[in-house]
Amino acid sequence: MSEVTLIINDEEVKAKEGMTILEAARNAGIDIPTLCYHEKLAPYGACRLCTVEIVRGQRSRLVASCVYTVEDGLIVKTESEPVIKGRKMLLELMWARAPGVQPIRNYGMRYGISGVQAIRDYGITSISTTKFEIEPTFCILCGLCVRYCTEVKRENAIGFIGRGTEREVVFFPEIARKECPNCKECYSICPTGALPSHYALAEARHST
Amino acid sequence: MVSLQLRNLNRLLLQSKLNREERNVSRLNSAADLERLRQEILAHRDPNKPCVTICSGTGCHAYGSEAVYEAFVKEIHRNGLREKIDIRRTGCHGFCERGTLVVIFPEEICYLRVRPKDVPEIVSATLTEKKVVDHLLYEDANGQRIVHEGEIPFYSHQSRIVFGNNRLIDPRRIDDYIALGGYNALAKALFEMTTEQVLSEVKRANLRGRGGGGFPTGIKWETTRNAPAEIKYVIVNADEGDPGAYMDRSLLEGNPHSVLEGLLIGAYAIGSHQGFVYVRQEYPLAVGNLNIALEQAREYGLLGLNILGSGFDFDVKVHRGAGAFVSGESSALMTAIEGRVGEPRPKYIRTAVSGIWQRPSNLNNVETWATVPLIINKGAEWFTSIGTERSKGTKIFSLVGKVNNTGLVEVPMGTTLREVIFNIGDGIPGGKKFKAVQTGGPSGGVIPDSLLDIPVDFDELTKVGSMMGSGGMIVMDEDTCMVDIARYFLNFLAGESCGKCLPCREGIYQMLKILNRICEGNGREGDIEFLEEISEVVRDFSLCALGQTAPNPILSTIRYFRDEYEAHIKEKRCPAGVCKALIFYYIDPQKCQACMICLRDCPAEAITGGKNLIHIIDQEKCTKCGTCLEVCPPRFGAVSKLSGVKVPEPVLQGTEAIRKRGKGK
Repeated sequence: MSEVTLIINDEEVKAKEGMTILEAARNAGIDIPTLCYHEKLAPYGACRLCTVEIVRGQRSRLVASCVYTVEDGLIVKTESEPVIKGRKMLLELMWARAPGVQPIRNYGMRYGISGVQAIRDYGITSISTTKFEIEPTFCILCGLCVRYCTEVKRENAIGFIGRGTEREVVFFPEIARKECPNCKECYSICPTGALPSHYALAEARHST
Repeated sequence: MVSLQLRNLNRLLLQSKLNREERNVSRLNSAADLERLRQEILAHRDPNKPCVTICSGTGCHAYGSEAVYEAFVKEIHRNGLREKIDIRRTGCHGFCERGTLVVIFPEEICYLRVRPKDVPEIVSATLTEKKVVDHLLYEDANGQRIVHEGEIPFYSHQSRIVFGNNRLIDPRRIDDYIALGGYNALAKALFEMTTEQVLSEVKRANLRGRGGGGFPTGIKWETTRNAPAEIKYVIVNADEGDPGAYMDRSLLEGNPHSVLEGLLIGAYAIGSHQGFVYVRQEYPLAVGNLNIALEQAREYGLLGLNILGSGFDFDVKVHRGAGAFVSGESSALMTAIEGRVGEPRPKYIRTAVSGIWQRPSNLNNVETWATVPLIINKGAEWFTSIGTERSKGTKIFSLVGKVNNTGLVEVPMGTTLREVIFNIGDGIPGGKKFKAVQTGGPSGGVIPDSLLDIPVDFDELTKVGSMMGSGGMIVMDEDTCMVDIARYFLNFLAGESCGKCLPCREGIYQMLKILNRICEGNGREGDIEFLEEISEVVRDFSLCALGQTAPNPILSTIRYFRDEYEAHIKEKRCPAGVCKALIFYYIDPQKCQACMICLRDCPAEAITGGKNLIHIIDQEKCTKCGTCLEVCPPRFGAVSKLSGVKVPEPVLQGTEAIRKRGKGK
């Protein structure tokens, strides 16, 4: 495969053709935040946190770096003003959904979102201090478990149901009962630790 | 007696079925065969023979067009006119406001709002004595009656090049379509044109996608055509999901062969042998008529192997959607056809290159496909002579909302909104004032009256912050609250977001919550700016077009009606008097005549008072349904709807009403 050269944050980066911007950047030691990316899984493009700005000639555009493949001479800015502004908003939105969840807390700290800031600056433990009203859950719907089960294990024991904010991860008891007891590999891939409770729920539902 | 009539009716229906099957259905093996068939059909048809056409589109169907049809069959039979008069159930005529529509040929006498009880009169007067039934005619504002369909202003201001044949053909009879020159364009493309010529004709016509984006159809075709792959697909997008929009539905229901013919021509130009129609399960008539059309086309050899003996093979599969708005998005639609949940894909590669099962897949909207045969038949020059500089041809709009003539309207691109709403739509009912028109469905925006004179085309609508979309046009009058409208559309989108990507799922939800609190009188200083800030991120960061365009209803209402947002937030006032939390009803003690009407009609029993005693609304109990305002006799006009002011102190209970003496005092 031929090699291409692109410029990420004023730095010349070499990458293999067909690579995504995210892969090229991480190879070069440039970090781009992600929630739904995993190297073993196909790019999902759902959390949008990895969005970067690309410039071609006079025009610039925001793209998801986990999906967009590298091109020779492409100029990428991973921390430009619109990128940061958007990332902060996404984290604020996610904080309202799953406050205190580890990856959100970590990124929130890095980007200084209001909910995390309140905890850090004032020692406030209450989670009601963001820009949005909070309706807490533990799952961030990154889909890592669902995709791991489908793409790597090929069992399809986990899936999404519902749409919009009603979307949730469920184990399908018919498959889970057979396949999950000896696997549970998804537990370690879940960034929030919410998954065992989903499994317990499926177990409980099935046994009643 | 009744059973005898029923038996006769059954026999009649059976006979008409037999008649249809009598003529040999044989495969057409050449363009000459097609032409021969057309001549044969025409030879059996006398253009002067009276024909009753009954609109059987969805609107008229709901009005009971089927019962009207049966009444005609029965009545014509009873009068012994069966041999002398044809009856035809056609596709949607478009003037849905006045259904059931009946047009009698050859004179084209147009009867509106026909009910089964009117049928005997039509048969005896018009069909027997050649007299017009006056009371079923269109009547304009001056009381002038109009006999002919084409002279009714609703129709005369349109140019129905795509939609027009709907009213002439029975969608379940391929012969009707062929009689009007149907499949001529296909024969022309297959036998007289190379695939390159077909493509270049469509490109020169500058046909742009009617589904919303306005992407040049020819260029899209070319991309798929040039994509390196053995197997390619062409798809009809009939996943019309915008609230209030039904033009694709009516086209597919009323003239499925025109869509099919366009698809065949596209497939030929692109080099595809398999097509799909993605149609909503909620459109049973469209699915039904489409399946009949496919069956008949196969019988004639217009679909399948070796079409018209040309060596070109093509067939179509119908995929019924499971009811998700997002499935109209191309990559989600294709994922759904593959048999998976219809969610958009994040790829930056066009579906024209990598679509269904990663194969090049060309997706066009119903109306786009139906326009293709016209371009092939009449040429790109003819097509580009209609429309504006950058938007050619016509566009079908579904004109709905607060407008007198609800229906489907086809006009050349560049027609002004004013012409559509006031000349064709006949303005706003009840003498109310026009406020705004919402175009482009939930992803579009509102356009205020100051911009009524802009020409409607892809670029102009985008410029003013809305979009063409698939052609929904919702008219709003002065009683519409623009914050409430934004909330309505956001609520729709919140329910239809698939939930895959974060900005769309969470962003729409939070924006909806802010709109809800503004409508409930809990808006905060800075909410408008905050909405704009979230909008920007949702627009720029979302995965697919649903999220990217979701803020449009908010942004365009803020752009043109910022003052209404401010009134809600700062003054806790809803200027249009819609948001229930911000309004109250009040009975003016000076005007109340203690007539007991509102008191009796109030469903919440919130009105106290009595005979001769002034009526008072208990604001605690009031559910703000507005019944009191509706029932208060206009000559009293004692009830009013107020917003943004304090509830006036009620008079003491038991105060006697001051009765007016005599009328007009």
